[in-house]
Amino acid sequence: MRVSAFVACAVACVLASTVIVVTAQERGIGLDKLRSGSTYMGADLRAMQADEFANTGMLWVERGAKLWNARAGSAAKSCSECHGDARTSMKGVATRYPAWDKGAGRLLDLEGRINQCRTSRQGAAPLAFESEELLGLTAFVATQSRGMPIKVSIDGPAAAHFERGRALHQRRVGQMNLACTQCHNDNVGARLLAENISQGHPNAWPGYRLEWQSAGSLQRRLRACYSGVRAELPPYNSADLLDLSLYLAWRAEGLPIESPGIRR
Amino acid sequence: MADARIQVPAQVRRGDTFEVKILIRHGMETGYRLTDDGKQIPRNVIRLVTCRYNGTEVFRIEPSSGIAANPLFTFFVTARDSGELVFEWVDDAGERASERAAVTVAG
Repeated sequence: MRVSAFVACAVACVLASTVIVVTAQERGIGLDKLRSGSTYMGADLRAMQADEFANTGMLWVERGAKLWNARAGSAAKSCSECHGDARTSMKGVATRYPAWDKGAGRLLDLEGRINQCRTSRQGAAPLAFESEELLGLTAFVATQSRGMPIKVSIDGPAAAHFERGRALHQRRVGQMNLACTQCHNDNVGARLLAENISQGHPNAWPGYRLEWQSAGSLQRRLRACYSGVRAELPPYNSADLLDLSLYLAWRAEGLPIESPGIRR
Repeated sequence: MADARIQVPAQVRRGDTFEVKILIRHGMETGYRLTDDGKQIPRNVIRLVTCRYNGTEVFRIEPSSGIAANPLFTFFVTARDSGELVFEWVDDAGERASERAAVTVAG
């Protein structure tokens, strides 16, 4: 009797510490009001994104497809030798990232997960963040989930990261003393110079940004926002960027993956 | 540098015009940008792109620093005989590249 009471208590404690219940009010933007960043662009850019040939991000996807079949590392194995045809094996994978990775014992975004596979399975050096290779592979994997809704897990060990990400989203930073929420929750649709402020969702990335004249990752895009409010840029792969990415993915739950998206 | 996507219809009818697209991966460095320590980054843009259809030149463009990175070129060609389109381009650094695409003409 005493044992079962103890077990029940332990189960309750575990549940209380790992399951996060978020009420509708806590979502800055209700799930029914979510709008992808592409809906704030002009028709020309939307057409460019939708065109499977002219979408410039496809240059990176194509490079990623080649890397998928290329052997690497001391194991001399390619991605495809374990995972087969990415069109089936990688379908939907990007919708679940960032995610807590048991093997690595930490939160990984899709880039981090690819590098985890490289180091632990292929015996290869991790690809540098924002390198053409890592962008290519990530865009190639992400594009297999094009059109599929984002759905990340914020339970268990991911819960603490989610809470940290949410706090970061609401914290004022930089010389402009602005929080993400002040633009991307409170002033959505308003003009910021020549731009319309979007809701700030992560579903386009890795994507092609015209301002960069290049493809880039979500982390690069987040760093651009930090730069915009004149705050210190968090380093690539830092806890800040990963936790914020997890929160953003949760906030965008249900939005379709558009990678490689086109953004201004 | 030889990194491009080319789109040509699988089959075309003799006498018809068909659309050809080529998307070339290139940084198209304008020559106007400076590094963080103030040095000028030298201009390096694709300065010539040509396309030959069974040996006859059907398209030529001399892009300049006003053209964005990773440029897409679209043009129309009249189908005559089956064969191939040969694309060639060269940038300011003197790097040359070429790609080929087969054309199948029916009728």
